[in-house]
Amino acid sequence: MSTTSQPSPPPRLAVPELLVGIGLLVCAGAVAWQTLAIPVSPLYSKVGPTVFPYLTMVGLAVLSLLLILAAFRGGWQPEEEKETPTDWKAMGIVVLGLIANLLLIRPLGFTAASVVMFVLVCFGFGSRRTVRDALLGLILALAAYFGFARALGVNIGAGFIENQLNTVVDAIIGAVGG
Amino acid sequence: MDTLGHLAHGFAVALTPINLMWCLVGTTLGTAIGVLPGLGPALTIALLLPITYQVAPEASFILFAGIYYGAMYGGSTTSILLNTPGESATIVTALEGNKMARSGRGGAALATSAIGSFVAGTIGTMGVAFLAPVVVKFALAFGPAEYFSLMVLAFITVSAVLGSSSVRGLTSLFGGFVIGLIGVDLQTGQPRFTFGSTELLDGVDVIIAAVGLFAVGETLYMASRRYAGRDEIVPLRGSLYMTGAEWRRSWKPWLRGAAIGFPIGAMPAGGAEIPTFLSYAIEKKLSKHKHEFGTVGAIEGVAGPEAANNASAAGVLVPMLTLGLPTSATAAIMLSAFQSYGINPGPLLLTTQGDLVWGLIASLFIANIILVVLNLPLIGLWVRLLKIPAPQLYAGILVFATVGTYGISQSPIDLVILYLLGAAGFLMRRFDFPTAPVIIGMILGPLAETQFRRAMTISNGDWSVFYKHPLSLTLLTLAFIGLVGPHIWAYVEHRRRGGPEHVPGDA
Repeated sequence: MSTTSQPSPPPRLAVPELLVGIGLLVCAGAVAWQTLAIPVSPLYSKVGPTVFPYLTMVGLAVLSLLLILAAFRGGWQPEEEKETPTDWKAMGIVVLGLIANLLLIRPLGFTAASVVMFVLVCFGFGSRRTVRDALLGLILALAAYFGFARALGVNIGAGFIENQLNTVVDAIIGAVGG
Repeated sequence: MDTLGHLAHGFAVALTPINLMWCLVGTTLGTAIGVLPGLGPALTIALLLPITYQVAPEASFILFAGIYYGAMYGGSTTSILLNTPGESATIVTALEGNKMARSGRGGAALATSAIGSFVAGTIGTMGVAFLAPVVVKFALAFGPAEYFSLMVLAFITVSAVLGSSSVRGLTSLFGGFVIGLIGVDLQTGQPRFTFGSTELLDGVDVIIAAVGLFAVGETLYMASRRYAGRDEIVPLRGSLYMTGAEWRRSWKPWLRGAAIGFPIGAMPAGGAEIPTFLSYAIEKKLSKHKHEFGTVGAIEGVAGPEAANNASAAGVLVPMLTLGLPTSATAAIMLSAFQSYGINPGPLLLTTQGDLVWGLIASLFIANIILVVLNLPLIGLWVRLLKIPAPQLYAGILVFATVGTYGISQSPIDLVILYLLGAAGFLMRRFDFPTAPVIIGMILGPLAETQFRRAMTISNGDWSVFYKHPLSLTLLTLAFIGLVGPHIWAYVEHRRRGGPEHVPGDA
């Protein structure tokens, strides 16, 4: 509680929170743009497909203005969160892992792309035993592939590793079953 | 009794070997993901949604319900031994439970939380069985206008009343609306919010949204916070059997916790945080051992909130099964599983899908029994899961995130959407926006729109339909009070104290 003898400093503009608010306002703008692009048939003029998008847009705009106002009043983040430095390097490596997965999953297949991602994410989180991580990633990716793809019938992108193994597994099933 | 007859039939469904197997798999998996930090029931059920294409509805809902209940049991283990709540609803358990573990009574804390979860879970499930038919009778009188107003009330309570800030909660909810609107409008066939992309015509899959927000967002957040300090696992000491004194101190908090948790969970407000905090406050007030609270750890402070948590988890199933109204992220994803089977949860569900609903309820009783066995004698196994190092844990989570997302249609576009939502999830974590309203808004938003348009079509475009029906007006008034009331209350309090008191974070 603040006492009258010690005036609390005037709230300062919180820049990160302001950016969040502005970002949301931009989103509201994008929603408005996309809503205007919805073709409306006169048959549905009463409650057409644009009523809810407009309501959503207005709601988002009002909320982002309220957030911007809060940012001008000093923001809402607790001190603890502000004082913890963001580990950009670790995050960067994890993001790199995600991008690698995205780019490699088509040409190399799920398992190979997953191993690359696994190793990079582990590295980002501070693990330095890369060979062990790669092995772990391979085992996990194969378990996930065979658990999901074969047991659940979900088709996840097969690459050379999966195709080789699928032949082997089919051969074993054939041998056992036949 | 009618309900007992239905329940007996439900047990016949749930006790078939194959369904027992699904229940065992679900509870085991649920406990595991509850124990592991960073994984929750919402994410796990989302990843397993493809199973709905493979097995009968009974089987997959028994599996999902096992995961749902199991995560509650597992979450308390993490809270007690690691002081990092695995679930938001077990924050309170960590307060006293971790203190107990540190003073060598971890065994008793785990026991009272598991047995309390069993007692309250069983009472709560009984509550579902007896309350659901009553709510159904009431809900049959609902027209589209009433449904819409009820959803508005749920939106407000879920996002504005329960969180730390109504503005941020509502922002999350509206973000969810935007995601839910993407795709072809089912009533007119017009594409909406697709930015001209054909990939977006089908909308954003709930799997992608849940996995992006909960798995990718959480991983990015944890990576960015590496300096924030590690928690150490408190080695498990003390007998797992509670002494007579501990039993005597536990049983009343269990019952009180169940009595607080179930009604709050069953209201169209949901949320397990409020009942756990309430129960903690009550137990602290009633306890004869107040000096133990916050120092060596009081067993009442574990028993009560754990019971409240599990009872409210059961309560959440009432609006979900009878009204099709999910009030938690997990319930919202279970609703989308219903949609995947072409089943519409609502008042007719109990009659049209009796096997499914009563089998599900019966399997919850069985799940509770399995979970006590899994969590007490086998606790050592779960403690070992806590030792999985963070790098491999989060890398593994991302591998499963890829499986769940890429498996939908083998489209790299889905991965792009996943990562964009992951970035949004990271920012939300960083700036303290709740994520559950996004999922609820995304699933429930389109349903609310359908009811809204139905009501407006019936009334020939006359808006008064929402306030001329007394029930609808009552619900909307409640929603309005929920939205504005706390602010007026805060303002009045502020004026009465008469001091200029700036509270940061109270926007």
